[in-house]
Amino acid sequence: MEVRLENLTKRWGSVVGTEDMTLDIKSGEFVAFLGPSGCGKTTTLLMIAGIYKPTAGYVRFDGKIVNRMQPKERNVGMVFQSYALYPHMTVYDNLVFPMKLKKTPADEMKQRAHRVADMMGIGQLMDRKPGQLSGGQQQRVALGRALTKEPDLLLFDEPLSNLDARLRLSMRGEIKRLQLELGITSIYVTHDQVEAMTMADRIAVMRAGHLQAYCSPDELYEQPRNLFIAGFVGNPPMNFVMLEVSREDDRYYARRDGFEIVVSSERSSKAAGRGEVIMGIRPEDVTILPASSGEGVLGEVYVVEPLGRDDLVDVHIGDASIHVLADPTLKTRIGDPVRLSFNTEKIQFFDSETEHSLLWA
Amino acid sequence: MNYDRATWRERLNTAIPFTLLVILTLPIVIGYIWIIISTFSRTTYGLEPQGRLTLDNWSFLWEDPNIWKVTLNTIILSVGQTIGIVAISSLAGYALSRIRFPGRKGFLAMTLILHSFPAVTLLIAIYFVLRWITNIPILGNDLPIIGGFGYNTVGGVIMVQLALQLPLGVWLMKGFFDNVSWDMQRAALIDGCGHFRAWWQIIMPVIRPGIAALAIFSFITGWGSFLIPYTFIADQEHSVLAAYLRSLMGDTAPVSYSTIAAVGLFQLIPVMIFFIFTQEYLMNIFAGGSKGGT
Repeated sequence: MEVRLENLTKRWGSVVGTEDMTLDIKSGEFVAFLGPSGCGKTTTLLMIAGIYKPTAGYVRFDGKIVNRMQPKERNVGMVFQSYALYPHMTVYDNLVFPMKLKKTPADEMKQRAHRVADMMGIGQLMDRKPGQLSGGQQQRVALGRALTKEPDLLLFDEPLSNLDARLRLSMRGEIKRLQLELGITSIYVTHDQVEAMTMADRIAVMRAGHLQAYCSPDELYEQPRNLFIAGFVGNPPMNFVMLEVSREDDRYYARRDGFEIVVSSERSSKAAGRGEVIMGIRPEDVTILPASSGEGVLGEVYVVEPLGRDDLVDVHIGDASIHVLADPTLKTRIGDPVRLSFNTEKIQFFDSETEHSLLWA
Repeated sequence: MNYDRATWRERLNTAIPFTLLVILTLPIVIGYIWIIISTFSRTTYGLEPQGRLTLDNWSFLWEDPNIWKVTLNTIILSVGQTIGIVAISSLAGYALSRIRFPGRKGFLAMTLILHSFPAVTLLIAIYFVLRWITNIPILGNDLPIIGGFGYNTVGGVIMVQLALQLPLGVWLMKGFFDNVSWDMQRAALIDGCGHFRAWWQIIMPVIRPGIAALAIFSFITGWGSFLIPYTFIADQEHSVLAAYLRSLMGDTAPVSYSTIAAVGLFQLIPVMIFFIFTQEYLMNIFAGGSKGGT
């Protein structure tokens, strides 16, 4: 099913939940709503589910406006962070409850419940009550309950936030595989950018009720439209340094105290001559070189955080701080003088006032 | 040495509150003991029965035909009031907790004010209302079991007691509903429930302990109620136990306290047994329904 939001707005008095949100979701697509808590992503989801009535704008399913349609008429399945299983019913009863309300024939109901239970690996738990299950099992039942009704649209509201890290990882993969196999259009709300990046076909980044970007994970990562997206997406987060870009002859220089690098013309032409701009560079796009090497910017190691595969090294250059992902075999130590080499093909520039990108806006 | 002192302190820590509680409950316990002893004796001197033990005081059970009628009335009153309060409070509580409608806050404040209104001040006004209802055909005083809703009927008393207890019930139920997560409600609505089915099939079973607490509470209140039935029921045939007990003292003949004790005990026993089995649920009222959620 195709979903379209048109200028969708939800306000409670002067409190804004979602403001003027417009986006399209293709049939079978997996879309993530990503943003910090309180940004309006769950509000939007609940409007799509029909729990909240929009203050303005439209929700369209396959072109049809569904603003006034009751939740039960929309044929959506939803998975909640708190699982929201019915504690007085067994797993089986939980699974068949939506079908019972739809008056599905008894044998088909049983068949579907068992098929979904097998798919979710909860077949042996059918007679238990939710209180007797672990968090992961409960979440599987909740997912199963959303699937048994064969919905046209699946909604996920931070479904993995209550699980431990290892389980989250495996459930992430399972949900993605399931969605792909069943081909059900899905919307997944999360504040975890890794979940959004790994699972979604397209990501809608939201901030304070406004849609910031709506594009594929790659584009979001490589071509951030503004400073917020650049800082929010990616872990460890992007480094930001205030500096000035100037053009001398045919070369572009990015400069600040104790800091000068040559940047490519296609990246920096818009940033040149604007006064102070914000340069962004991801930790993996900076390389540590020994202080003795001739090239790069000289700095001093301030902190080293071993992450296992990499070390996260915080290098101070004057009063600027740059985080770098470094090879642990380099044995960088606190206080060491080092040189940093920047991958200038990956550098981003943002206007220091509007915070818009000077590359992709 | 150290070990000894630790256990000493521990013992003291349990002993002191225990002793205090014993001292405080002693008068009540003695009262109960007195009642039990005096029901089997002609008179008592202190706690000591005078003369031979006797069953004479219990003779009302087989000599007064009214006692069973009165007992039945009391049961009808308690059960009727309980059903009414649970049904209305849980519906109203759900609406107040889950649905936003204009005037909701004002309604909640109003019920609180009504709750603090002493029933005695309303007696005369209620009397006129009940007299007026009596004049309505059938509904007034010609219904099976409860007799009707007018003056001098058990139904009328049920209605008045219900009205006076509803504010408390509605607030309690609202509290229990507030503790049920919104996600569960949303899940029910998305799974295909309307508000009524979500209330009945999903939320009500979840707050069952709370409902039990309210039901027990209003049953016990109804069983012991005196003022309303005493005021609005004129003859003994429609009366309830507490009023019957009072009538034993009102006669010009010398009062037989032993008989009163026996009737009192007769009224007390069912509710005591009931309480022993249900006190755990009753505690939910004071826990504010924290057990109501998941």
